[in-house]
Formats: sequence, C-alpha cells, structure tokens
Amino acid sequence: MASNPMDQFKVEPIFQGPKIGPFDLTFTNASLWMVITVAAVILFMAMTMRGKLIPGRLQSMGELSYEFIADMLKETTGPEAVKWFPYVFTIFFFILFANLIGMNPYAFTTTSHIAVTAALAVFTILAVVIAGIWKNGLKWFKIFAPAGLPLIMYPVIIPIEIISFVSRPVTLAVRLFANMTAGHVMLKLFAIFIAYLVGKGAATGVAAIVPILGTIGIVALEFLVAALQAFVFAILTCVYLNDVYHVDHH
Amino acid sequence: MAEEKLSAGDAAAAAGGMPQFDFTTFASQITWLIITFGILYFVLSTMILPKIGNTISNRHNRIADDLDTASRMQREAEEAEIAYERVLADAKAKAHNVAESTRASINEEIEREIAAADAEAAAQALKSEAKITDIRREALSNIDAIAKDAASDIVKKFIGKAPTAAQLNKILGG
Repeated sequence: MASNPMDQFKVEPIFQGPKIGPFDLTFTNASLWMVITVAAVILFMAMTMRGKLIPGRLQSMGELSYEFIADMLKETTGPEAVKWFPYVFTIFFFILFANLIGMNPYAFTTTSHIAVTAALAVFTILAVVIAGIWKNGLKWFKIFAPAGLPLIMYPVIIPIEIISFVSRPVTLAVRLFANMTAGHVMLKLFAIFIAYLVGKGAATGVAAIVPILGTIGIVALEFLVAALQAFVFAILTCVYLNDVYHVDHH
Repeated sequence: MAEEKLSAGDAAAAAGGMPQFDFTTFASQITWLIITFGILYFVLSTMILPKIGNTISNRHNRIADDLDTASRMQREAEEAEIAYERVLADAKAKAHNVAESTRASINEEIEREIAAADAEAAAQALKSEAKITDIRREALSNIDAIAKDAASDIVKKFIGKAPTAAQLNKILGG
C-alpha cells in the first residue's frame, strides 16, 4: 500500500490513446472510474424506470430522484428552465456517484481532481453564457449592470459584477475539488497513523483505537460531504441558470 | 509522446507535488470527462428521464381521473340518498295517514257503541225507575193499610173494641 497520502490521487495510464488536437484519448485510472460512474448511474436509473402505475421500491427511488431535481430546478430557476432538467440531473448524479464510488477502498475519486471539477464548472458557466446570449441577445450583458443605480456607481459596480461572475466557475470547481481531496487525505492520514501505531507494538496498538474511532467518524462525515457537494453543485447550477431567464431582475 | 508526459507527471507527483496539479494528465481527464459525461447526458435525456417523466405524469392523470370518478360517484350516491329519504318520508306520511284514519274510524265506532249502550242503559233506567215508583206507591198504600190495622189493633187492646174505618180515617188523617 502506498504510504504517501497523495498517492491515491495519482493518474496512471492504463493504455495509451491518440491525441487529437487538444484532446488526449489516453485511458487512465481516472477515465476508468469515470466510465464506472456513468455505468453505475445508467444502471441505477435503468433499473428504476419500470413505468409501473404503482411503483416498487427501486422505481420509487428513481421517481424521487427525478422529482427532487425537477422541484429544485423549478423552485430555483423557474418553470421556464425545464429544458435544463436533463443537464442538472446529469450534473447531480455524475458528481454524486463519483463521490460515493470514490468512498470505496481502492477506488479512484474522479471528482477529487481540479481538471474534472473545473471542466464541470466550465460546462455550467458556458451553458449560462451561451444560452443567455442566445435567448436575450446582447441584452444579456445587462446582468453586469444592475438597473436602478445612479450612473456614477456603474464604473464601480460593473467590474465587481464581472469579477463575481468570473469567480463562479472558480468557486464551483475549487469547492468540490477541495472537499473531496481534503476528505480523502484526512482518511488516508488517519489510516497511516493507525498502521504506524499498530506497527510500533502492543501498547501503542491499543491506543490505535482512538484514530480508528476517528476514521469511522470521518467516513460518516465524508458520505455526508459526498452527497452535500453534489447537491451544492447542482443547486448552484440552477442558481446560475437564473441569469439566462431573469436578466432584468439581477 | 503521451507516455513520456504522463510518466513525467508521475515523477512530479512522487517528488511530493499534488497529482491534481500535474497538468500533463489534464487533457486525458477532460477528454474522458467530456466523453463519459456526454454519454450519460445523452442516455439520461433521450431514454431514461422522458420515460420516468411519462410514468409520473400518467400516474398524475390517472389519479386525477380517479378522483373525478370518485367525486362523481359520491354525488350520485348523495342524490340516491336524497331520493331514498324522500320515498321514505312519503311512505311514513302515508302510514301515518292510514293509522290516523283507522284510529278515527275505530274511535267513531267505539263512540257509536258507547252511545248505543248509554241509550239502552238510559231506557232501562227509565223503565226501572217507573217500576220502582209503582212499587213504592204500592208499598206506601200498603203502609196505610198496615198502619190502620196496627192502629185498630192498638185501640182494640186499649178499649176492647175496634174503631170503625171512618173513625180511623178521621184520626189518621187518611
């Protein structure tokens, strides 16, 4: 076992792939766990779509997931944003399953990598920008200039609004990456500490009960964080999609 | 080429840096994220989510239909109950009428009988009264005769000679 707490994040190629322009098809352990995540989500949702009038347990889970995301989008963004439902659903379940699968021993947590979280954040922000301009034309840029302010305020407000807009993908990406990385590093450190105490002899081996209990607590906390961060990412996606539909209310 | 870069990244990570900031792996990660995320989006948006949405809206429609049917049936039941109550009230009224008229006719008959019995009793009483008057008159006239006899006997005892009828009548004011 690796004893460096950062080794769990190492990306190693499984087989080399061609590079096409900026894209690199090299299949790594990160790619493998992304494929596993997507397969798990599809398997889970496919099992739940039985279409029965009176749902069983699995079908209820699928329908509850559907209504959970649908209600979140409706309440946060509004009923006109319904065409974004599959996107928000995909974001939520991709992140949720990636986080939860990453909690398994020996699994690789794809969402603990800034490249992945930043790409997901860029998907969301690009969607907001492109859909916003598509729908509102150049009027969309009014989101940077809130209405009803004295003219003299605009030179100050507009740069602040632009900075706050640009920091959205950064915070989205860093929040998820930092949460997942910190949790896994902490778990690894506790585990290394347990192994160290046990290896030192009987007396310290008994003392290892303390970090073992700590590890159990952190595992529980990390499951909470795994679900919570998926939720935060999804609901912030909904909040940012507001800017597509409510340019004047900004 | 890619292998060289990736192994260089491994070296950087082994040297103590965070593998997350090994930029040589970014292209591969992002490429595979786009592929896998795209597949997931495609499968969810075209196959799975519409089916689940249909199921849910079918159920909502079905529930709404069922509720409509239930409320219609309830209305019908209420109407039937009202009709039933009306029929019941009619029947009760009719039964009451029958009972009333029966009671009235019975009362009438009883009164008629009582009146007849009263009349008969009154006739009987009159007849009896006449009879009693006769008897009393007879008895009174007998009492006169007995008194005269008794008086003549008493006189006879005192004076040894019976008075004559004229004398008796004169004395007794008969």
